[in-house]
Amino acid sequence: MAQALNQALRDALAADPSVHVMGEDVGTLGGVFRITDGLARDFGDDRCTDTPLAEAGILGAAVGMAMYGLRPVVEMQFDAFAYPSFEQLVSHVARMRNRTRGALPLPITVRIPYGGGIGGVEHHSDSSEAYYLHTPGLHVVTPATVEDAYGLLRAAIASDDPVVFLEPKRLYWSKADWSPQAPAEVPPIGRAVVRRAGRGATLITYGPSLPVCLEAAEAAKEEGWDLGVVDLRSLVPFDEETVAEVVRGTGRAVVVHESSGFGGAGAEIAARITERCFHHLQAPVLRVAGFDIPYPPPMLERHHLPGVDRILDAVGRLQWEEG
Amino acid sequence: MTVLDTPAWRPRTEAGPLLPDQEPFRLLGTPEAARLAPDLLTRLYAQLVRGRRFNRQATALTKQGRLAVYPSSTGQEACEVAAALALGPRDWLFPSYRDTLAVVARGVDPVEALTLLRGDWHTGYDPRAARVAPLSTPLSTQLPHAVGLAHAARLSGDDVAALAMVGDGGTSEGDFHEALNFAAVWKAPVVFLVQNNGFAISVPLAKQSAAPTFAHKAVGYGMPGRLVDGNDAAAVHQVLTEAVDRARAGQGPTLVEAVTYRIDAHTNADDATRYRDQDEVATWRAHDPITLLEGELTGRGLLDDALRQRAAEDAEALAADLRTRMHDDPPLDPADLFAHVYAEPTPQLREQAAMLGAELEAEQRS
Repeated sequence: MAQALNQALRDALAADPSVHVMGEDVGTLGGVFRITDGLARDFGDDRCTDTPLAEAGILGAAVGMAMYGLRPVVEMQFDAFAYPSFEQLVSHVARMRNRTRGALPLPITVRIPYGGGIGGVEHHSDSSEAYYLHTPGLHVVTPATVEDAYGLLRAAIASDDPVVFLEPKRLYWSKADWSPQAPAEVPPIGRAVVRRAGRGATLITYGPSLPVCLEAAEAAKEEGWDLGVVDLRSLVPFDEETVAEVVRGTGRAVVVHESSGFGGAGAEIAARITERCFHHLQAPVLRVAGFDIPYPPPMLERHHLPGVDRILDAVGRLQWEEG
Repeated sequence: MTVLDTPAWRPRTEAGPLLPDQEPFRLLGTPEAARLAPDLLTRLYAQLVRGRRFNRQATALTKQGRLAVYPSSTGQEACEVAAALALGPRDWLFPSYRDTLAVVARGVDPVEALTLLRGDWHTGYDPRAARVAPLSTPLSTQLPHAVGLAHAARLSGDDVAALAMVGDGGTSEGDFHEALNFAAVWKAPVVFLVQNNGFAISVPLAKQSAAPTFAHKAVGYGMPGRLVDGNDAAAVHQVLTEAVDRARAGQGPTLVEAVTYRIDAHTNADDATRYRDQDEVATWRAHDPITLLEGELTGRGLLDDALRQRAAEDAEALAADLRTRMHDDPPLDPADLFAHVYAEPTPQLREQAAMLGAELEAEQRS
């Protein structure tokens, strides 16, 4: 996935001279995750810029650059390091189009490596999507596959609206049969994709939890449960149609994400499913999420992150009756 | 090689030339003022008089309920006017919420400049057409924007500078620091103007900063700091013009502290008698920017009745126009609520727009 993201940045820089990559360590080092590897060498320091270490300054400067017609792609090094830029994001980035009645749209992509599972110490494993998706004016996107990493990032950079692009860092090293020469076409931002069809119940998930859900669906076959898996890909816009259609077909749904459950994305999704599919539901919509605790230290994180067993337990609580 | 030869030890800039003057720079009433072009002085004068009248009219409009709130810049008009006049047509202005006057002096329609404070929308003008960023309510957050825009202009090979305005309170914000640091490292063509008016709402200077002056803060970032009498319109204009020229010449940013005073309260909703001494206000009233400039114009024989009358009539016409146009209720379209959130509304927003449409129809029927 890391290579696909690098290729997406590379192709975007080559295709459009207004695209600029910026952030701490993105230049000579190529980013701490090497997502920007070689970009400064190939496109110059002005197109891929090592900035001072200051997230509000990085995003604030990107606002001004976008006001002048550039398309900044900002890297926040880790999820929790993005918080100093939160005011710029919610007070300016998200609302500039709105407050200027469309005169100043801001085509900024904010790349944030997020989530746990890589043994990071404190402040390196947060899942911050709920903060962003609550802010009107932002798109919030998270790829779970290598194809999506490339396709969604290209779409995010091409978008005339700001996009918070959440990169599941534990999937950086995931592999797929993917060719940088011929990247596959992917559905646009705002479209969910059914990754696995299943008639018994539906797991609804995104980003780092997709592989876990696919594994759970495979394991569920032993119980005789036929689970489908929906990958949201984009939290804003939220593809309510696809989700509602799939859940109406199965009558049972579990929303899975690793960030804390309380007030999280799963709460919103479960509420919407209930509003739209109530008469089709055989069971309440359940959530499997991280605990409502500050992200735990790495030696304990496996207890916090929703795994296959916890997902299967929830599926079991759907009062399973075949047919 | 010793450690003293390594980059970590070597000074990156010479601190000496960056230090501000000991006292605020003044022009009016000094021998140097004789070199000032009469045309510049009369233009500044006309804008000051207009600005003073604008502040008074806008404050009156709050009492009539025609403006939700107005943060007056009475006493600070010289900074506002000089800011606008120091910029070229392609330059950008990044105002704070108190800088409506600079926005108007830059050529934006006064009613459009007041849209935010009237409450009919957030920004009434097209920032790109006016080359004026939206009035920023959060403190200092517009400063990094000015840096980014100036940087982008330079990358594009354009001869464009940005001027960003902030108050003394705003210098305590993190974004102030980050903006100055970015600007200096990038050598961005940007000028920061701190209007030090003595108070952040009620908090006085002594509780805001322990720096000798705000201009001194520039040295730590590696840019020059200039200290100027903010009520001396000619001095502010000259210092800002030099800073803008310096930016254009690729020499990087400048921090200018204009020492001035907020004669009115923070906004019409504030009671300034609770936190400041009226003798202090009187002292500053005596150091009024209009009076100072009138003294100079009179001394040079430039202030005749005709000029005085022209300036007064122009100011009255502005006030009358404001009264008339602000008296009408602004045309509001509730559909605008959903029109400018995203390039393409999300399915959820389409649904909500339809719901509001139905509510409005029902309202009309009843």
